[in-house]
Amino acid sequence: MAVAIAAARVWRPNRGLSQAALLLLWRPGARGLARSHPHRQQQQFSSLDDKPQFPGASAEFIDKLEFIQPNVISGIPIYRVMDRQGQIINPSEDPHLPKEKVLKLYKSMTLLNTMDRILYESQRQGRISFYMTNYGEEGTHVGSAAALDNTDLVFGQYREAGVLMYRDYPLELFMAQCYGNISDLGKGRQMPVHYGCKERHFVTISSPLATQIPQAVGAAYAAKRANANRVVICYFGEGAASEGDAHAGFNFAATLECPIIFFCRNNGYAISTPTSEQYRGDGIAARGPGYGIMSIRVDGNDVFAVYNATKEARRRAVAENQPFLIEAMTYRIGHHSTSDDSSAYRSVDEVNYWDKQDHPISRLRHYLLSQGWWDEEQEKAWRKQSRKKVMEAFEQAERKPKPNPNLLFSDVYQEMPAQLRKQQESLARHLQTYGEHYPLEHFDKRGLQCFPDFSTAEAPPLARMIYP
Amino acid sequence: MAAVSGLVRRPLREVSGLLKRRFHWTAPTALQVTVRDAINQGMDEELERDEKVFLLGEEVAQYDGAYKVSRGLWKKYGDKRIIDTPISEMGFAGIAVGAAMAGLRPICEFMTFNFSMQAIDQVINSAAKTYYMSGGLQPVPIVFRGPNGASAGVAAQHSQCFAAWYGHCPGLKVVSPWNSEDAKGLIKSAIRDNNPVVVLENELMYGVPFEFPPEAQSKDFLIPIGKAKIERQGTHITVVSHSRPVGHCLEAAAVLSKEGVECEVINMRTIRPMDMETIEASVMKTNHLVTVEGGWPQFGVGAEICARIMEGGLWENVPGFMSEGYRDKNDFKPEVTAEVGKWRISVCDKHSSEEDFWRATSEIPEGGETSAEGFWN
Repeated sequence: MAVAIAAARVWRPNRGLSQAALLLLWRPGARGLARSHPHRQQQQFSSLDDKPQFPGASAEFIDKLEFIQPNVISGIPIYRVMDRQGQIINPSEDPHLPKEKVLKLYKSMTLLNTMDRILYESQRQGRISFYMTNYGEEGTHVGSAAALDNTDLVFGQYREAGVLMYRDYPLELFMAQCYGNISDLGKGRQMPVHYGCKERHFVTISSPLATQIPQAVGAAYAAKRANANRVVICYFGEGAASEGDAHAGFNFAATLECPIIFFCRNNGYAISTPTSEQYRGDGIAARGPGYGIMSIRVDGNDVFAVYNATKEARRRAVAENQPFLIEAMTYRIGHHSTSDDSSAYRSVDEVNYWDKQDHPISRLRHYLLSQGWWDEEQEKAWRKQSRKKVMEAFEQAERKPKPNPNLLFSDVYQEMPAQLRKQQESLARHLQTYGEHYPLEHFDKRGLQCFPDFSTAEAPPLARMIYP
Repeated sequence: MAAVSGLVRRPLREVSGLLKRRFHWTAPTALQVTVRDAINQGMDEELERDEKVFLLGEEVAQYDGAYKVSRGLWKKYGDKRIIDTPISEMGFAGIAVGAAMAGLRPICEFMTFNFSMQAIDQVINSAAKTYYMSGGLQPVPIVFRGPNGASAGVAAQHSQCFAAWYGHCPGLKVVSPWNSEDAKGLIKSAIRDNNPVVVLENELMYGVPFEFPPEAQSKDFLIPIGKAKIERQGTHITVVSHSRPVGHCLEAAAVLSKEGVECEVINMRTIRPMDMETIEASVMKTNHLVTVEGGWPQFGVGAEICARIMEGGLWENVPGFMSEGYRDKNDFKPEVTAEVGKWRISVCDKHSSEEDFWRATSEIPEGGETSAEGFWN
């Protein structure tokens, strides 16, 4: 029985059985077998067959000096369902998704791709200040989003717009955030691509890397305590996994037994730093078992592989209250951001290979074509339609005014403190006198022409205005 | 941190940058050098001078630095002196501190000082305090550098000024260069200094060219840490600032000069140890003080300057003012000192008598919170 328990502890993370309980189970019958070794009778514990008693690990002794070699030559294998031409390799792994769902996957990816192109261009033209594209990684977003419930909480890094796209976040709001206009749910306070949507359970993107990892674990712990039947998914890149927060997050997810999916987008680069300089181990998937986390590596450019892995991980994470780690191998086709020129550190040939030979969108398109669910006509029509949709949203976003300057002062605290209200009033007076020197015509000016009403103790209503 | 690289370059700004680089027919010794190139030169010269000096950080090697400040250095010095690190500020700051403890002289670059918060334990508890806590046995000759303060539209998490945060800590020296001369002289002094030094640069200043005087072109050009510079002489009002706002102060001074107000603009250069002598001497002359900074006002650099002006030896020179009895006065309330920072202009006026002083301070500027009675009760 002791052996069985020991075996169980080796093959899955120890859960439930306390140390004291185990010792209790080992004690009966141990004394008899210790007879043959005179020096051992002096030991406090009597052990069964000279087993290690250390609380820190459950393992056998070995008398040969041998270092475990990190296996980077043949690392953890990469799970895939489709080949590069979109053909299902092993039919039993085919998720058999209905046509509508697969079309939704395809349209989300292509619409995202179109939006990326247009917004990248708009940054180059000086219309928005900054942008990050998702080229090549669309599969990781929609594949995972499709496998989750709509209420599952998402913590992203900054390259997960496809998750929001799949959850039907309107183009108008994507653009509003990038332009920082009056419709932006973030009230124009963030750099572009820092989306957030409470309604769609997508936590607002925060700039510092990997801070979302321990936060996601905390949220998952809260979900577990609430018996919410809800999973938290936490996205990050292979570079962010180097941060100390990642270590803390993984360790706590395992020890606190949280229903969380860690989804690592390993896209080969962190700005210019290639993976060979980011880590020396076998990627991120190999770190999971070190923390006691169920781990898998998938082909991130294969939407069905991503879907299958996430689906299964979600089912078990909620049922068993344990974390899962999915490392999705992919490639960052675009530059890190509009502030980067990746030709400085990688060859055009390399980028072209991924763009032409192994792209999530083309692989899914081949699948759709082979199923007879899509054709060239529809492709042409959809390209035109998606471009039109994006351009319309884009033009509208440009024309909208910027948020009200009074919103500079709201949401610092839940209730506006006196000194901030004074600053707000001071700005209103300043604009009354010097308003002509500011580009106020681009801003929402409601409430600025007159003094805010400070006869009541509450914050002025404008501070709590919620825009449509 | 490579999250969203702060290299925000709008096309408009690139165009205006081009417009700035006019062709100058200047004397051969006065050349135009950008702040970026000045820092680059300073680091290059120090790397050359002492082989124990090395640079580490994210993207500093082949990428030439996230803001191109370390351009060409990796090509010249190679992997052993210019080191790209994985993304972990806590990690590489700790590694740098350890290297300094072992006898090397690292320059640890944070992509912006906002990300230094991930590593702040290493900077304060390990770098700043170690020499003292080891009884003088373990020096930490390290330089932490990177862009600080606001950039253009990069939101709250990329725009914080850390002058007050680092300036608070004994054991650290903190410098904040404004122009190219400052940048080169201070980075060189920082690298040669055996104490941990925090160099707060500014991203928007990197591309700005300044005239580089002949002495700054020398390989041994050093600016002493702890000495401010009077950038513009004046008689009516002292304006104290550090980093990019110094430029704004000079622009404001030019506008005010046309109205007959002559500002004395002081470029602090060093936040810690702060050069109060220069500021006090200037305030003695002008009787008026404004502090300008990019950080938040509460517990900021300006608040500290005002507090020191109020507490300090300046008042010994005020005829009729209580000199030694200042702190023994029965109705002196300690909390007054904290409030004082707000009344910068009125309180720092020199007064002929004690009564005048009390009367002046009871005139609360517009928008003040405390009535005269509440202040002194």
